[in-house]
Amino acid sequence: MNGSDVGASRVAPTGRRRRRRTRVDWFLTALRVSMIALVAVGLLAFIAQEINPDNPFARWANPDATGLTGAQFRGLVISGIAQGSMYGLIALGYSMVYGVLGFINFAHGEVFMVGAMTGMITSNKLADAGLWESNFIGSLVFIVVVSIIVSSLTAVVMERVAYRPLRGAPRLIPLITSIGVSFFLQNASVVLLGPASKSYPDVPDWVKAKHTFLQIEGAKILVIVVAALSMAALWYYVDRTKTGKAMRAVAEDAEIASLMGIDVNRTIVKVFAVGGAMAGMAGILWGILFRSVIHTTGFLPGIKAFSAAVVGGIGHLGGAMAGGLSIGVAESVGPLLILEPLGVSGVSQLRDAVAFSMLIIVLLVRPAGLFGERLPAEDRA
Amino acid sequence: MSSADSGTASSAERVPLLEMRKVNAHYGAVHALRDVDLSIYEGELVCLLGGNASGKSTTLKTLLGMLKPTSGEVVLDGEVVNDRPTSYRVARGITMVPENRRLFKRLTVRENLQLGAYLRKDSDAIAADMERVYELFPRVKERLAQKAGTLSGGEQQMVAIGRALMSQPRVLLMDEPSMGLAPALVQQNFELISQIHEAGMTVFMVEQNANMALGIADRGWVLQTGRVVLDDTAEALLANPALRTSYLGGGKGNDEGETAADDAG
Repeated sequence: MNGSDVGASRVAPTGRRRRRRTRVDWFLTALRVSMIALVAVGLLAFIAQEINPDNPFARWANPDATGLTGAQFRGLVISGIAQGSMYGLIALGYSMVYGVLGFINFAHGEVFMVGAMTGMITSNKLADAGLWESNFIGSLVFIVVVSIIVSSLTAVVMERVAYRPLRGAPRLIPLITSIGVSFFLQNASVVLLGPASKSYPDVPDWVKAKHTFLQIEGAKILVIVVAALSMAALWYYVDRTKTGKAMRAVAEDAEIASLMGIDVNRTIVKVFAVGGAMAGMAGILWGILFRSVIHTTGFLPGIKAFSAAVVGGIGHLGGAMAGGLSIGVAESVGPLLILEPLGVSGVSQLRDAVAFSMLIIVLLVRPAGLFGERLPAEDRA
Repeated sequence: MSSADSGTASSAERVPLLEMRKVNAHYGAVHALRDVDLSIYEGELVCLLGGNASGKSTTLKTLLGMLKPTSGEVVLDGEVVNDRPTSYRVARGITMVPENRRLFKRLTVRENLQLGAYLRKDSDAIAADMERVYELFPRVKERLAQKAGTLSGGEQQMVAIGRALMSQPRVLLMDEPSMGLAPALVQQNFELISQIHEAGMTVFMVEQNANMALGIADRGWVLQTGRVVLDDTAEALLANPALRTSYLGGGKGNDEGETAADDAG
């Protein structure tokens, strides 16, 4: 192997690249440059606008642009972090399952939906009993516990019924199955709860109010804090406990893990349970922040969380969190920061486009994701 | 320390620690093991020799429960364990250092060693065994916080042996300890093996490099297309001209066989 490398560099001693660049390479480079140029010009136009809305560059880019005030900008960033931390929580489930089984569980977005629905039912029951207002924190803890249990169970049953029989099959097969499971869960929700959109009870005024010091809505602070605590707990679980070590061992080499005496099946069940719990937690936070839930609630956040897992480097837990936050912030500030100064109209409806463009840009520049390791060819899905 | 004679002389009255009785095993339609009889006694260092595809790895997989024999018995310390999973056998004192070491490369050296003791609950004894591994391999202690994948081949071999020792095995299986290592490291590796054997460990190794393996082993078997063709003490095997010719079997061309035997010698 070394020998052939040396030989090849003797043939072409000048260039580091041994392979001739193909048209595809040129196309990709052009795409990379133009995407990055678009972002850079947008940002520059934004900065020009902020300095002086009448300067020629800003006028050329978009004569109608108004720029952002400091408070608006901060508001967008905070919203982005709140939403991004939910994406991050969901992304952990995608990443962990990919880590141990090597396939993308597309039904994971629906586990999130199940968590949100469970929270909706429980919180409305609590609101009817008057506990939601009188003891909000206690109620919140209760609905979180119930929702985590239900979504974990959903994930575990899903593994047992749909994926375990397919262990050892080519990876494409559980992947397609997961899309089927996703439809099943959506339709189960329609059958059980009806197709109409349902809402969480209104949070108490003190949660809704903007915090006097930070000028941030209380609900967003709550979401960010709870998400941060969940991620810290998960990190501790995976990095420090014996079970966490077993999970990482199974992810790397299941055969040798079983040689250590690790029960591989039980470890995989635990991975699904933990991923489901994180999705359930995200479901509750979603309900607190947006209040309205419907059977398709899981779809878009699920796809974005999957993108977040890929952006961070699939299989890497810190990467999933970072990917979630960056997609959340990008889709929140991106439209007004980059697209508006460029004169694109109707930017507030382009959040999703920005989120997925971010995925494309990251993959163009770093195909393995921000924190991902380059996989040897045979390990790729 | 323990000579070949003591191993064979006492085999009549002692119960083997690990045994295969008339074991047959199949991979789909391939008959990989044919009536294989092996017995490993406490305190021995024994080796199973054979060329490519002779059934060496299959033997290890069958002993560990990763492959179920189609007939015959695998006996661990007097108990038939055919239907027991790997984890049960590991808990009963059998473990393996896999071919090419196969450490958990993204985990730290410390975590790799801790995973070796996964089934154990006695934290004091685990800590004591950690110390024994450091004593055996001082280099490992310096690398504890490092990711196992960043270690050199020789260091990885030490961690792989250390990880296996952490399960407090009564018999240590070694799959091709010379595989994928530079010649100097192969030598060092065989020294390590005889070192842990002298410390009292029962070792069963599977090897292609006959001269190296027999140089430290008490007894050995030669496997050819799934059948045991030679069973003798190490000295007798080394002196036996059939050892070389047995590597030629299995439809291989003469040239290839000769080079394999030359490599072994």
